[in-house]
Amino acid sequence: MSERDARIERLLLGQEIADFLYHEAELLDQRRYRDWLDLLAEDVRYWMPMRRNVKIGEDEREFTSAGTDINWFDEGKETLARRVKQIETGIHWAEEPRSRLSHLITNVQVRAAEPSVAAPQDVSVTCRFLIYRNRVETETDILVGKREDLLRRNGAGWLLARRKIILDQNVLLTKNLTFFI
Amino acid sequence: MAMKGSRGYRSGLVDLQAGEISREIFVNEDIYAEEQERIFARAWLHVGHESQIPKPGDYFVSSMGEESVILCRDRASRIHVFLNSCRHRGMKVCRYDEGTAAVFTCPYHGWSFGTDGRLVGVPYFREAYHSRLDKEKWGLIEVAQLANYKGSIWATWDPAAPSFTEYLGGFTRYLDLQLDGWDGREAQAEVLCGVQKWLVPCNWKFPAENFSGDTYHNISHRSVDLAGIGPSGAGRRDMGERDVSRKLHVCIPDRGHQTILYVLPAERLPPPAYMNAPIVAEYFRHCEEEKRRRRGEEARLVGAPGEIFPNTALLSRQPRTMAGWHPRGPHQTECWRWYFVDRDAPGEVKQFLRDYYIRYSGPAGMTEQDDMENWNYAHAASRGTIARRHPYNYDQGSGTAVTDYEYQGLSVPGEVIDLTEVQSSEQPMRNFYRRWAEFMEAGDWSQLATWRGSERKAAE
Repeated sequence: MSERDARIERLLLGQEIADFLYHEAELLDQRRYRDWLDLLAEDVRYWMPMRRNVKIGEDEREFTSAGTDINWFDEGKETLARRVKQIETGIHWAEEPRSRLSHLITNVQVRAAEPSVAAPQDVSVTCRFLIYRNRVETETDILVGKREDLLRRNGAGWLLARRKIILDQNVLLTKNLTFFI
Repeated sequence: MAMKGSRGYRSGLVDLQAGEISREIFVNEDIYAEEQERIFARAWLHVGHESQIPKPGDYFVSSMGEESVILCRDRASRIHVFLNSCRHRGMKVCRYDEGTAAVFTCPYHGWSFGTDGRLVGVPYFREAYHSRLDKEKWGLIEVAQLANYKGSIWATWDPAAPSFTEYLGGFTRYLDLQLDGWDGREAQAEVLCGVQKWLVPCNWKFPAENFSGDTYHNISHRSVDLAGIGPSGAGRRDMGERDVSRKLHVCIPDRGHQTILYVLPAERLPPPAYMNAPIVAEYFRHCEEEKRRRRGEEARLVGAPGEIFPNTALLSRQPRTMAGWHPRGPHQTECWRWYFVDRDAPGEVKQFLRDYYIRYSGPAGMTEQDDMENWNYAHAASRGTIARRHPYNYDQGSGTAVTDYEYQGLSVPGEVIDLTEVQSSEQPMRNFYRRWAEFMEAGDWSQLATWRGSERKAAE
């Protein structure tokens, strides 16, 4: 493959992955939660650690650990599906009336493609998010941070297999996390 | 600063005869300012757990009322709680959440303090202070009293406050359910790594009264019951004991502590739980047997939400957590949540419980989310001029508490209402606000230790 062809492959993959992330954000903002669940691998891990203020050089302690520590989220598809079910009851008062959400996804960068960019099966991608939530009358939250995702090839499309959500906050400045990030 | 004269809290704003409490105590900024002096500067407050600072030099930055404090273990392994503020010009001497330190050095002018609080370093001590600064006098400000109760650390700024166990009164029995082992051994709890902290736009007393034992807010959590997040795959808790026990409200009069409590029949172990996880189910089955063997009839007590006055919530059963409701102005509360397991429980058990805890509690917890919506908008809708003219109703079950409750040979002291048939009462809230009003009116601890006369008489 020529250098030019290799660059085109990378561009095409980058655009395909970005399109997937934008589509996912669109489903969430349109409240199409069942369609969103279909984008998740059966063994998906959805993890949002808490962040601590630590000294320089102690970065490994900045985030709470997956699997053992208390986190904001650390769960699989079953619990995520139960969250969707809870919203659908119509009596989940923290989301009834429902929030108005916009997920802004930027800085999309493909970090790795295995086994190759030309025939990828697993893709690691990072991005920034800005989530605007407005609910009831004037209640407004803005959450900004990073995501580290692992996507897995699924036929012509992709599934989300792993998501690490890094919120740029210490004390959580919003009263609850009733939405998906 | 001289405190303002009595506002007539007991006769006016908190009218327990009529079962009415003014909305002013939740939204009024002057009352909030008085609370900081009269309650948070005098009461015993929960600070943390010794498992968070296992080694000399370890620290955890905590909160007492509005203020930042450092819980730390000095080089001799003694535990201290200090105000997190330099004695020279007030800068926070520690802005990390937790860690290990030899000294706390102020980033402003460089005064440094040992983990025992002593002032150990002063730039230009010889030149600028001519070696005359009395370092003994200018150490970190330390709490007046500190208590380590079965590993949980409590402190008060008031040297005249009674000992922590006297402050608890008969409530030690329910704090024990939180801190003792599932198998009945004493002081087995450890805190899972990671304390959740989040802001809720409501007065701190909304969560405090809710965790005092609100048995009336079933509608709030119906959605999570339908979604089914319980450890056995349905509902939100394994509560087999609910079907076979007496369900009580237990209030410690004069102390302001109260809890929901289940009491099993004699000879009865709790029904099976954790049915989808055989290792966890077997572990707890074994623990319950051991507890019955070690504790006898006392093992018939099963914990539930409760509150230690003023701002510490207990939940010793499912999920096993403690919370602090830190005031951040009259209209905002910073909630902190600690999660507990037994320290020598198997790894599978700890992980299973952790998964359950975080899908239940905290800001992402499918149960607690709906509580915060209530507290937020109850507070917001009580701030208006017209709203403030109309008190809240706290009349549920007034006059029905007994003081000699016993069930199949097990005595439960305190003011008790058996909820098994009546379902709900507001005795815990009345107990909480009665104590709140006493704190707001009393000049000092000689007036607050209202039990001393009567308990002495009873002992005689």
